[in-house]
Amino acid sequence: MIQYLIRRILYAVPLLVGVNIITFVLFFVVNSPDDMARMHLGQKHVTAEAIAKWKHERGYDLPLFKNNQLEGISQFTETIFYQKSVGLFLFRFGRADNGEDIGANISQRMWPSLAIAAPSLLVGLLVHISLALMLVFFRMTYVEFWGVALCVALMSISSMFYIIGGQFIMGKLLQLTPISGYDLGMNALKFLILPVIISVIAGIGSGVRWYRTLFLEEVEKDYVRTARAKGLSETYVLFTHVLKNAMIPILTGVVVVLPLLFIGSLITESFFSIPGLGSYTIDAISKQDFAIVRAMVFLGSALYILGLLLTDISYTLVDPRVRLN
Amino acid sequence: MIFFWTDTLFFLLLLMLAAAIFRARSKEHLRRPWRKVARSTSAMVSLTVLVFYFGFAILDSIHFHPPEGQGGEGKFKTEAMSLLDWWASPLRQRSEKTYSAPFASHGYARENSRGTDGVSHWAYPRLQFGGAHLADPEKGKFIDILQTGFAGLLDGFLAWLVFAALLIVARSRSGSITFSQCAYDIAEGRTEVPWRAVLLTLLLILLTSFGLGELSLTYHVFGTDKVGEDVFFQSLKSIRTGLLIGTLTTFITLPLALTLGILAGYYRGWVDDIIQYIYTTLNSIPGVLLIAASMLLMQAYMARHEDEFASLALRADFRLLFLCMILGLTSWTGLCRLLRAETLKLREMEYVQAARTLGVHQGTILLRHIMPNVFHLVIISVALDFSSLVLAEAVLSYVNIGVDPTTESWGNMINSARLEMAREPIVWWSLSAAFVFMFALVLAANLFADAVRDAFDPRRAE
Repeated sequence: MIQYLIRRILYAVPLLVGVNIITFVLFFVVNSPDDMARMHLGQKHVTAEAIAKWKHERGYDLPLFKNNQLEGISQFTETIFYQKSVGLFLFRFGRADNGEDIGANISQRMWPSLAIAAPSLLVGLLVHISLALMLVFFRMTYVEFWGVALCVALMSISSMFYIIGGQFIMGKLLQLTPISGYDLGMNALKFLILPVIISVIAGIGSGVRWYRTLFLEEVEKDYVRTARAKGLSETYVLFTHVLKNAMIPILTGVVVVLPLLFIGSLITESFFSIPGLGSYTIDAISKQDFAIVRAMVFLGSALYILGLLLTDISYTLVDPRVRLN
Repeated sequence: MIFFWTDTLFFLLLLMLAAAIFRARSKEHLRRPWRKVARSTSAMVSLTVLVFYFGFAILDSIHFHPPEGQGGEGKFKTEAMSLLDWWASPLRQRSEKTYSAPFASHGYARENSRGTDGVSHWAYPRLQFGGAHLADPEKGKFIDILQTGFAGLLDGFLAWLVFAALLIVARSRSGSITFSQCAYDIAEGRTEVPWRAVLLTLLLILLTSFGLGELSLTYHVFGTDKVGEDVFFQSLKSIRTGLLIGTLTTFITLPLALTLGILAGYYRGWVDDIIQYIYTTLNSIPGVLLIAASMLLMQAYMARHEDEFASLALRADFRLLFLCMILGLTSWTGLCRLLRAETLKLREMEYVQAARTLGVHQGTILLRHIMPNVFHLVIISVALDFSSLVLAEAVLSYVNIGVDPTTESWGNMINSARLEMAREPIVWWSLSAAFVFMFALVLAANLFADAVRDAFDPRRAE
């Protein structure tokens, strides 16, 4: 087991290096720091001094890979690649354009993101799985046909309409919850209700359909038929046999996204003006703050890779048939 | 004629599609799954809707410089124009000052106006075009809407009769049965292809489009937006953007996924390792963030090469193309993984082994023995991805990393309209129009994709 874990972790290292190289190429090679400076300072009438100053403030005035002016190891450390890219491995994200420390911002803003994303995931799982089980229970009837048809229709609605519609109905017409905003501590609760409900509803279409196919795959297997032949009731078969075995793909699918809960959702957070990482990223994109976007790209990838790692581990825990080589 | 990059690629894609259909017609094993699709009612109904949408996208993709005097005024003078722009010139040119509700004859907000008697009034101004032909909109509007709408419906019905008659004639010719017998078969729903459902869908489409078309000549059927442009016209223009995003992306995904997936599955070993590494790495970068980063970089690139993108239209076109490419780059990995797994299975099959022992060239094995047998996965995945790409466009436009703000798209419509929900009275029409147009397209695409998957997936075959 330990050996397997070490091998999986070692496998994650080249992935992280790959992501790091991609972000570096995207942000520093395809566009030189000069281009970024010019974009920020306005296209025309930019003096060379202004560009040099902009680059110096951000530490972009170093050579990309090799600093020929220095000797020894600092030939390689005093470069953009080392300063800006390798630092990401140690979660040294540097400073944003307005001088704030990105790392501090991230660690502060990930909690609101988590507060939205975690309940959405849990409630969503519960609701979607129960609905899918219901469809499977009523299979080959009109309930199933119209349920699936409804799912397809719900799937065809853009998530933005769910948010706008939900805000309009719940927040404006019925005035049950605040339309948007966020607060500290327990006061945050009333701001969380609407986003969670909406994200659960928005996910019904694809979620229920997906879980239904998982259940249907199990239902057709031999052991289920045997269980039914022994005279077990349909409900008993569904809940103890089918649900239990379908939990393997469901759980591993959930484990992948667990670390990504910290990143939050771009759209939900910006629509509900929640000060999480999603809205942080959106602000950075609209302000064209390259440092923040770079940090978020790396962080998101690192968390996804962590998710893959956790998936592998959870497979071995949940499914005894999986061997560790 | 002017060809924008996206136009050229779109027509190239349509040509390739036509060639593929022509080829598949003569091969029984290729026709079989499509026949199954054609027998499905939901698939044929959605196909009718999709063809209708594609018709608008094609009309909107034929660009030309407007001839002198017909090009419209002001900002449109030097810009290229599409066939749709030209056809819908009345819609395009009649813009109001600002918001106005659907079928309104008066403006959205009160303003000061000086009457003929020289006294200024604080009232809702009459719209310049919407319902301008009415002497007294208070009384005559409802009747007028009914009359015009009815005339439109009648036109639509006549157009439908022509289509239906053409279909019946064509079918009775090929099946050598009488006209009335054929019409009777269709009406009873006894044909193999569900023509009755197709004709009913067509009737619905033609009635609505002719009705709306007739009404839109004298009213703004979906209202006008902030700068007074007709929302109906915007929604029609957005069709092209949505469809291009959904289809042009295949130019990136298919070559990448096909070559890499098949190579990885067939050669295994270090080739497989490298390809797996590439797609896992790409896959681990969250899609939206990768797109955001790339779009930021593209803006920097365009800023650096300003002289290459002289006109606004060129700039918007390049941005649309770039967005398609980036979406393609982020979405080929799933298909690649599927193809790799399928090729791993196929390479151990007897017929492939036989080909190898007979000394068939490796390239030939890949092209003639492996590729045709994994192609059903490609078709399924293209069909399934289409709707999610159309939906993604709206989200990306909201985050400001989508298409150019000057390009008409449903995402841009939603984005500019969502802030107006706080107004009193609510400006709901832009959102509703975008919703209706998007929903119809995505629903049709989803249903069609389901039918395609059922027909092509061997595990679901009867």
